[in-house]
Amino acid sequence: MSPGPSSKGDDPIKALAAGVASPDDVLAHAHAMESEAADRYHELADQMEIHNNPQTAEVFDKMARIEQIHADKLAAMCAERGVTRRPPWEYRWLDPEAPEVTPVEEAHYLMTAPQALKLALHNEKRALAFYETLLAGSPPDDVRALAEEFAAEEREHVSLVEKWMADYPDIDPHIPEDPDDAVAH
Amino acid sequence: MTAESAPAFAAKDFKSDIKPVWCPGCGDYSVLSSVTKALAELQTPPEDVAVVSGIGCSSRIPAYTNCYGFHGVHGRALPLAIGLKVSRPDLTVIVTGGDGDGYSIGGNHFLHACRRNVDMTYIVMDNQVYGMTKGQPSPTTEPDWESGLVPGGTRIRPFMPLVVALASGANFIARGFSGDPNGTAQLIAEAIRHPGFSFVEVLSPCVTFRPEQRNWKHETHPAPVEATNDRGRAARRLATDDGFNTGVLFYDNRAPYMPPVDANLTDVQQFDREFAV
Ligand SMILES: Cc1ncc(C[n+]2csc(CCOP(=O)(O)OP(=O)(O)O)c2C)c(N)n1
Ligand code: SF4
Repeated sequence: MSPGPSSKGDDPIKALAAGVASPDDVLAHAHAMESEAADRYHELADQMEIHNNPQTAEVFDKMARIEQIHADKLAAMCAERGVTRRPPWEYRWLDPEAPEVTPVEEAHYLMTAPQALKLALHNEKRALAFYETLLAGSPPDDVRALAEEFAAEEREHVSLVEKWMADYPDIDPHIPEDPDDAVAH
Repeated sequence: MTAESAPAFAAKDFKSDIKPVWCPGCGDYSVLSSVTKALAELQTPPEDVAVVSGIGCSSRIPAYTNCYGFHGVHGRALPLAIGLKVSRPDLTVIVTGGDGDGYSIGGNHFLHACRRNVDMTYIVMDNQVYGMTKGQPSPTTEPDWESGLVPGGTRIRPFMPLVVALASGANFIARGFSGDPNGTAQLIAEAIRHPGFSFVEVLSPCVTFRPEQRNWKHETHPAPVEATNDRGRAARRLATDDGFNTGVLFYDNRAPYMPPVDANLTDVQQFDREFAV
């Protein structure tokens, strides 16, 4: 299985220091993280559209576009340096999936747009934590420089999503009730 | 592989333009992603792959891939796929479906597909319920699982798909979890590469009828031991495992079954005439 779950219980700082040890590793991980996040947001936007939830679809769509811009920039950096592409299971994440990727099971067809924003904020914070964990492992200077650059970008994303969320000071954590629930009681 | 020699196919190239209608949160979204990631790693052109299924939410996968697809009859995906593979051995054949489709109405075909050992990969998205028909218990449902449809639970011992696959002769047995789509992609890629009948059971939560399965992410764990090719040892392990061990659990090297091809039977119309009444 992918290194993520098998590293359950490992010291995260040591695990990342071992798996993301060179500038090429940082770039490869950064690119995979952003492109997988963009793909998942696209999928979530499609899911919400299919389930007639256009406001939430719009949030996911906006996030997908932001992540895609980031992913394209990183793809160009990878191409310039000839960074090796690797199978998806060879990335060294701390969870089964990359930190910016919304876990599939977090979605609900009735989730609200503010709830989607809250998820997005959580994802951005996890991405930031990934680089901070990497930096906490005293990496070599060239790794540090890239990790600091990417951490700064994630900090910007965190503030951007927080700014959008300012319009919703009290986000109800409950999923609205479905008057025509599928489950037989 | 460097960015300059970019691979011909990315995971996206194996997805169709049809947007899935699964409930948001359903594990099957991740399994679709694992299948496309595995195919991208194998760099098998989409036109060389056929995805065959039965009926159920999970069986909708062929429509969401860009490969050849056959959304067949409930429980009959395996015989369809066997027919396809023996007549077109050049194709990579993947069969997808649910626990209801594969272990209940299709249970008989499951036994004989394992036994026959035609070269293909069978992926079962096990959510221990009939999702598509609104939450009836399936062969893998726990005996004490209660719902409005099964007051008091079924009180029937659950089917053990991996044990049955082993006893029936499957050549490769693995268990994945949809919450680890990258790990599951790796299992699927290995299953496709492995000759003969490869069986990959993927725990894939039905968040609508079994919302408690969201907890599977805390229960699944990599198998603590390496895969074995010893059927006796595998039998002991699979019979006693907790149902949440993931990874490749067994592999064998039985030669895949291929019926002898009748060199004279090149003309399909001639074949048709032989069956004329
Ligand atoms: C011959 C036949 N019998 C019954 C059905 C009704 N039916 C459709 S899907 C299904 C079960 C689906 O359960 P499963 O295979 O576990 O897939 P899931 O929907 O959970 O993914 C049943 C009984 C049918 N379509 N055809
Ligand atoms: S009913 Fe269950 S199995 Fe079917 S799409 Fe919904 S969550 Fe998935």
